[in-house]
Amino acid sequence: MCRLALKTASKPFSPYDVLTAMEAMQEGYDGSGLGLVLRGVKFTDFTYRTQDPILSGIAHTEAAYHRLDAFMQEKGFQLKYDHEFDVDFKKIEAQDRYKYFLRVYKLPASWKTYAADEVEEQLMLNRLELRKNGEDHGGDLTVFSFWPDVVTIKEVGWPLGIGKALHLNDDRIEARVVMAQGRQNTNYGINLYACHPFFIQGIATMTNGENTAYVPIKELLTGMHYPGYIGYQSDSEVFTHILHYVHKRLKLPLETYKHVITPLKTEELNMHPQGDFLKGMRNVCRRMIIDGPNCVIGSLQDETCIMVQDHKKLRPGTVGGKKGEWAMASEMCGVDAMIPDRDRSHDFQPMRENTVIIPPDRKEMKIWSQFDPYPLPQVA
Amino acid sequence: MVSIRSIPSTPSSLTHLDLQWIIKHREDRFTLCGRCTSVCPKEAIFLTYRRQRMPKLDILKKKRSSEYRTFTGIRQRTEPANRCIGCGMCATVCPNEAIGPEPNPNDPRVRLLHNDKGEAWKRGGRRNFRGSLLDRIMFTRISMLTDPALDAGRHEFQLNTLLGRVLSPEEFLRRKATGGWIPPVREIFPFIIGSMSFGALSPNMWLGLLQGVAYCNEVLGIPVVMATGEGGCPPWVLKSPYLKYIILQIASGYFGWDEIIRAIPDMQCDPAAIEIKYGQGAKPGDGGLLMWFKVSKLIARLRGVPEGVDLPSPPVHQTLYSIEESVMKMIQSLSMAWGFRVPVYPKISGSTSAKSVLNNLVRNPYASALMIDGVDGGTGAAYNVSMDATGHPIASNLRECYLDLVAQGKQNEIPLFAAGGVGKNGNVTQNGLALIMLGASGVHIGKYMMQSAAGCLGSEQNRCNVCNLGICPKGITSQNTKLYRRLDPDQVAERVADTFMAISTEMRKVLAPLGRSQSLPIGMSDAIGIDDAAAAEKLQIKYIC
Repeated sequence: MCRLALKTASKPFSPYDVLTAMEAMQEGYDGSGLGLVLRGVKFTDFTYRTQDPILSGIAHTEAAYHRLDAFMQEKGFQLKYDHEFDVDFKKIEAQDRYKYFLRVYKLPASWKTYAADEVEEQLMLNRLELRKNGEDHGGDLTVFSFWPDVVTIKEVGWPLGIGKALHLNDDRIEARVVMAQGRQNTNYGINLYACHPFFIQGIATMTNGENTAYVPIKELLTGMHYPGYIGYQSDSEVFTHILHYVHKRLKLPLETYKHVITPLKTEELNMHPQGDFLKGMRNVCRRMIIDGPNCVIGSLQDETCIMVQDHKKLRPGTVGGKKGEWAMASEMCGVDAMIPDRDRSHDFQPMRENTVIIPPDRKEMKIWSQFDPYPLPQVA
Repeated sequence: MVSIRSIPSTPSSLTHLDLQWIIKHREDRFTLCGRCTSVCPKEAIFLTYRRQRMPKLDILKKKRSSEYRTFTGIRQRTEPANRCIGCGMCATVCPNEAIGPEPNPNDPRVRLLHNDKGEAWKRGGRRNFRGSLLDRIMFTRISMLTDPALDAGRHEFQLNTLLGRVLSPEEFLRRKATGGWIPPVREIFPFIIGSMSFGALSPNMWLGLLQGVAYCNEVLGIPVVMATGEGGCPPWVLKSPYLKYIILQIASGYFGWDEIIRAIPDMQCDPAAIEIKYGQGAKPGDGGLLMWFKVSKLIARLRGVPEGVDLPSPPVHQTLYSIEESVMKMIQSLSMAWGFRVPVYPKISGSTSAKSVLNNLVRNPYASALMIDGVDGGTGAAYNVSMDATGHPIASNLRECYLDLVAQGKQNEIPLFAAGGVGKNGNVTQNGLALIMLGASGVHIGKYMMQSAAGCLGSEQNRCNVCNLGICPKGITSQNTKLYRRLDPDQVAERVADTFMAISTEMRKVLAPLGRSQSLPIGMSDAIGIDDAAAAEKLQIKYIC
């Protein structure tokens, strides 16, 4: 079972803090890998402007690294900062690692005329093109994200060990939001792309569970022929794509996500003030209903963080913290490790109808229920 | 010895050994009550005097001789028209277990003589093929340690499906914002009582089914719906609140539609859906056929025809010029009749051309679903050759159509319903769920319902299968009051409820170990496997051995 930890704080902190929380949750997971997503990034060696995209990934060979360079240059991206990890390769299990890259680029001059939507589309397409480039060359290039203010690191091995190998405790990178997940997808073949959190266009989620409705959902998303809906080395990747589809493409309020993946029953919707609309939504999004035990933790571009449960609440998940600093984890001891000095009596474990939101201002934890009125005027 | 002057043989001569069913009776248990002969629907047996030699040996006189005794015994007729159909009603009524039919293990020659006067063999019932690919599909993706299995008895399961055109989320939101038309969608139980007409079925059977369906909906909370078949619907049902559980079928004979259209202003609710029958699995290319034996006064009135005449529907609809014209115009006309509040969908027979029909429907905004009826479907009357050899097995036909929708990203928009052999060997839930995991949104069951709810005697061994003749010994498919009064509608209703409660429980028992409870696992092809590599490859599911 995966262990999940997310910390969000107004003041940037080291991702290593979250890795220590993973250590606290070590019982019951195989520690086969690490996935990290950082937002609100701060580099000690470089003054970062948040609109510049950051490319995160691994070049497995020198040739791949040069190809990456040439690709980005050809596309007109200007390299502004190339973060040099202080890597201790002896501590890395995998042998084929040439360079962990984390590079800040300036957008091509030709994109100045692009609307925000077009920029987002192009950033995604460039990431996908690079990913394909790597796949076409025997998988020598792995690209996790290419997005402003987002850093992604994924590797095989014990999470804290990877953190030490990359010297994430040297405080050269800090972030306001850190998502960490401690397992490779050992249900299927080991594949770096199969490791949570998954990322698409500013949206990242990680899941603790098993999505038994994976195949029909995957087929639906694939059938949309949207360029970013690829991969699916893990059954959990569909959670990210559904959130992206609902929030980014349908432009529906965040409350809708829970109504799509675990809709209320007909009897319950008959009593709901917006039941008619929500029943319609349930019908049209029927193929996106998830199943099995799942706790989904996600974060959005504006640093909003969310946690939701499957309809039967078959997986644990706890949210706790204090003003300016919040933690979400699959185990309560993870929250303890991240924010020990909080009032535990205010910790919350979302039930089947809840969505827990930590808004960007981080003042308080918001709890939405599916039984609450749905903000229909924003939609129709 | 008696000499044989001439052999009483013609090309059509048969002995009881040439028949498919041989009557076995035990003289030692015989009471001459005559119940078996009077109940036999085919008059296949008769009481007759027989002579038996009684050997006589007088030891003292050292003399051997014969005596003869005369007794009354059963004799089996050998004319094809009176052949035993194996229904076993004689055994049912016998007080002493003295009589009953047994299948003839040899090759029954009678099948070669079912063409008397050049009339090809017509019959009702089923295909007489016991094999079932669906029976071989297993549910193999068991949740255990990667995720906890669910509790079939205690957890809550969402077992219902949708019947109706489902918009894409983008289009739904656009129409909601602009006040556009949202197509009607019904939430129903995925096992639907398939089309069996009022006419093919006796009034008691029909009433029993309807009562059972109403009970399932209103008391058990299982939203079962039933389809009428071609032949209309009794006016009291049309004007009742139970119409919402009925799928009205319109077929090429348009029987009963005068009554239906006239009743629209008086309807208390809308029907569940309208099914336009273009074909059926049992007899592709043939229209419905209600033989004159079954056109009673009641049926004649309902259908608006004279009594006692054959009612063969044309093979195609009168409006059929092209698929676009026929399907689109009929769907739109019928949608309009109920103010676009009722789903309208076509039913076709399984065919290699099913995908063409489907792709046409995808582009028709009013089409609500597609129902595909495979070759194992049953019927009240058809030519034997149609039943046995014409049509397409449902599994691959459905799967191809579903994967076609998947490729277009339309699998949530046009629900596919499948039929034809679901539960043919009794495994109704397993068969239905296998089809659902191959991509069906639901399945129609006809023959199984007759067997389970009304005790139909038909089997895949050509047992009974005389639904076309109006002599149904159980009163299920007869319009003869003497026969159908044997069937108590209340008892049928009870069995309908029993059947659907059991299906519902069995569905949970399958879905719980698969870790599925939140929605019907339509297209969950990773959960199933089959022990046939070629079938697995064709269906794109796992090969297991």
